[in-house]
Amino acid sequence: MDTLMTGLTVFVLALFVGFEVITKVPPTLHTPLMSGSNAISGITLIGALIAAGSEQTWLSTLLGFTAVVFATINVVGGFLVTHRMLAMFQQGKKR
Amino acid sequence: MHSVLIDLSYLVASALFILGLRGLAHPRTAVRGNLLGALGMLLAVVVTLTDRRIVGYEIIAAGLVVGSLIGLALALKIQMTAMPQMVALLNGFGGGASVLVAGTAGAEASLSTGPPPIDVATATVASGIIGAVTFWGSLVAYGKLQGVISERSVHLPAHQILNASLAAVAIGFGVWEVAANSTGWIYVAVVVASSVLGVMLTLPIGGADMPVVIALLNSYSGLAAAATGFVLSNNVLIIAGSLVGASGIILTRIMCKAMNRSLPNVLFGVIPPGKTGPAHDDIYAGKVKSVSGEEVAILFETARRVVIVPGYGMAVAQAQYAVRDLANLLESRGIEVEFAIHPVAGRMPGHMNVLLAEANVPYEKLKEMDAVNPGFEQTDVVLVIGANEVVNPLARTDPNCPIAGMPILDVDKARTVVVIKRSLSPGFAGIPNPLFAADNTLMFFSDGKEAVLQLVAAVKAT
Repeated sequence: MDTLMTGLTVFVLALFVGFEVITKVPPTLHTPLMSGSNAISGITLIGALIAAGSEQTWLSTLLGFTAVVFATINVVGGFLVTHRMLAMFQQGKKR
Repeated sequence: MHSVLIDLSYLVASALFILGLRGLAHPRTAVRGNLLGALGMLLAVVVTLTDRRIVGYEIIAAGLVVGSLIGLALALKIQMTAMPQMVALLNGFGGGASVLVAGTAGAEASLSTGPPPIDVATATVASGIIGAVTFWGSLVAYGKLQGVISERSVHLPAHQILNASLAAVAIGFGVWEVAANSTGWIYVAVVVASSVLGVMLTLPIGGADMPVVIALLNSYSGLAAAATGFVLSNNVLIIAGSLVGASGIILTRIMCKAMNRSLPNVLFGVIPPGKTGPAHDDIYAGKVKSVSGEEVAILFETARRVVIVPGYGMAVAQAQYAVRDLANLLESRGIEVEFAIHPVAGRMPGHMNVLLAEANVPYEKLKEMDAVNPGFEQTDVVLVIGANEVVNPLARTDPNCPIAGMPILDVDKARTVVVIKRSLSPGFAGIPNPLFAADNTLMFFSDGKEAVLQLVAAVKAT
């Protein structure tokens, strides 16, 4: 129960931090916010790595492998496409 | 690596995620913010690879390579107009990964240390339900946006009852899984029921409501990751997941407010067919004035302030580069030019801003609805390109129309409004727009890009 309480505490506090930080993002950047935050939610990747690497059963390894692929697409695609968009906003600035 | 060091690194990664999102508060700091987030992710991944539970690296390496290649290809090739599809797809992959990780972790735990405690089992079920709904819901959203499946709202008979039953089945299997203290096929049943639910929840949602749904699925993908964090007792997953969950909730709320609809109304509501407002002919007959590019150029000659209102139609016509040229040209003649962006102007929150940024329109020129609305009375010419509902005054005046109460851009208050549109056909709400027949409105009937190119040529000639 201790880990559950710690987890819940962290969860609720992080939600508040999230609300505080995200409200300050201007509407101009809402699309990059979605793709960028989406990349961050690809953090499930670290769970996927352990599932794929612990090699307990062939089934868990297969599921782990699929999870690593999914989460990596999420992370790599998300951060990169966000970078592409944000760079365009900076070009607009320089011109 | 020692587990304390791993946990400390996770803490640093969490801090980097928060700093990264904070960087998005301004376009100047946003690139750095995104890089900080990516750095946090890299750190988390690298320290995880030193975890003692990992015994082989071949599978991991293969997964990372395959995922990276697909991610790279998607991110580099995607057109900015297709960004909503891209985000929908990424949401889906995130949700799918959570389902798989939570399921595998539960199964592995019960193999090595016996049945999981009740809180872990509950989190596994939550992860399975939210993740599967996200995955399938996102795939349907992707299909609709990409035009693979019909963008129209699809309603089956007794759709709400079906959805409620599916949710009950998914939760029922979930409760069984927790009570029976077992993983395995019950988890599969939870995931299958949730998958069907995800499809059924998204099918009824029409194209115009997509911004809300993508924002909502964004939030779900975060919450699924947070639930997986509870399964693994891993705080960095919980923190990152709740940050994203909060972000999605905020965006969902903004989108709903911009359409003056409640979330349940978007998700479950059907616009009653009787509520169509005044008839087409009563509004338009004999009152619509059509103009040519030359006539609009003459208007610009005496104008001091011009506001451009882009809608999704501008993006469809690929007119954003021509629009930028027109804006630059007008500015070089000493005219103040601004862009008025309605929150639901594109197919996802902030979409129109990205499309204009791609065409090198400086972000300072992109004005939000609340900032630009008071200025329309001092505006000489408003140029509406491919927008319809977001400038329909019926939203203010007719409490019975489907868009009643939706905040709009008050372009009708400007001295002259020029609307570039192919025809008088209605937009997504299926109602006529009295703006097109207003005394101060001129209709420029043409394809968006064609019209703007004509305007550029005409202004250059004067």
